[in-house]
Amino acid sequence: MTTILTMYGIVSLGLIFSFVKDKNKTMKVFKVAKKALLNSLPSLLGVLGIVGLILGLLPPETISKLIGSEAGFLSTIIASILGAVTLIPSLIAFPLAGSLLRAGATITTISVFVTTLVMVGFVTMPLEIKILGKKFALLRNGLSFIIAFIIAIIMGFIL
Amino acid sequence: MNNQEMNYQTPKSDNMMQNKKKNPLKKWLSMVVVVLAFVIVFIIDKEKGVASVTVTWDYFKEMFLILPPVFILMGLIEVWLPKEKIQSWLGNESGIKGILLSIGLATLPTGPLYIAFPMTATLLKKGASIRNMVIFLGTWAALKIPQLMVEIKFLGFWFTALRFGLTLIGLLIIGYFIEYLMKKEDNNLGLSKPV
Repeated sequence: MTTILTMYGIVSLGLIFSFVKDKNKTMKVFKVAKKALLNSLPSLLGVLGIVGLILGLLPPETISKLIGSEAGFLSTIIASILGAVTLIPSLIAFPLAGSLLRAGATITTISVFVTTLVMVGFVTMPLEIKILGKKFALLRNGLSFIIAFIIAIIMGFIL
Repeated sequence: MNNQEMNYQTPKSDNMMQNKKKNPLKKWLSMVVVVLAFVIVFIIDKEKGVASVTVTWDYFKEMFLILPPVFILMGLIEVWLPKEKIQSWLGNESGIKGILLSIGLATLPTGPLYIAFPMTATLLKKGASIRNMVIFLGTWAALKIPQLMVEIKFLGFWFTALRFGLTLIGLLIIGYFIEYLMKKEDNNLGLSKPV
């Protein structure tokens, strides 16, 4: 909620400033916004549906079962794939990761899960490709996935 | 088709996302596929279907509230911030200042990653460098302040601090690397030609 209020606050200030300075330009702001919104709405709704489907099919309990509490390379791999494919809000993801850690999962597994979860977006990739181009999106997600492993391994060593 | 494309690219409304020339059917294709997927899930397992719809509805409400200010903000950037400004703040020559600004902007509480994509496209069109935008997106995704607070609470300070530091280093590497790879082949990112 704070997030949304902050956004509305910033934008309202911007619009007031814009309106005082130049009415015509402010109308253009709305025109640009409307055009961009209508353009990306179909894919945004599509992504939303996919996110809903994945979360519906893979609820936190299932994820926690799949990652498991064993220390092993396999659970790290599974965690990285689940992290890359799912899109879980942080208020659900971090408690889940915390409980897995306490249940015996390794730091490496948990950190690869958290890092891929936030940095690699498999379901948002079609949208990212559409807006930012195929090469950019593939490189960004692919390299983030690799970096997530390096980060996780270093964290496993240190912590 | 050509006509439409041209009037969409008038220099005045030098806008992102020129996907308008796609026919409407194609535009909604992904939606149709997703709806079909829902139907299939419902047929196979009604309980999971209900769960999926519930989650989607929750996300929809959030998105519905957050999209208007985001797109108006993009409009404000588009109309009011001159290209030279963005270029000097976030462009190729912006150096460490540009990197810090990208990180600073992205750590603010601003919502889910998918709304950062159109924002990034706007900034790229206005002259921001690829390196800075990779860092911007990565920070937005992985290092947002409200998210870090939740992380500290559940995974501890040291876990969070270490992940923060390593992710930052990782993002710098990815940023420079992607910029290098994309510059080598083509400069324009394919933004003007929809995929």
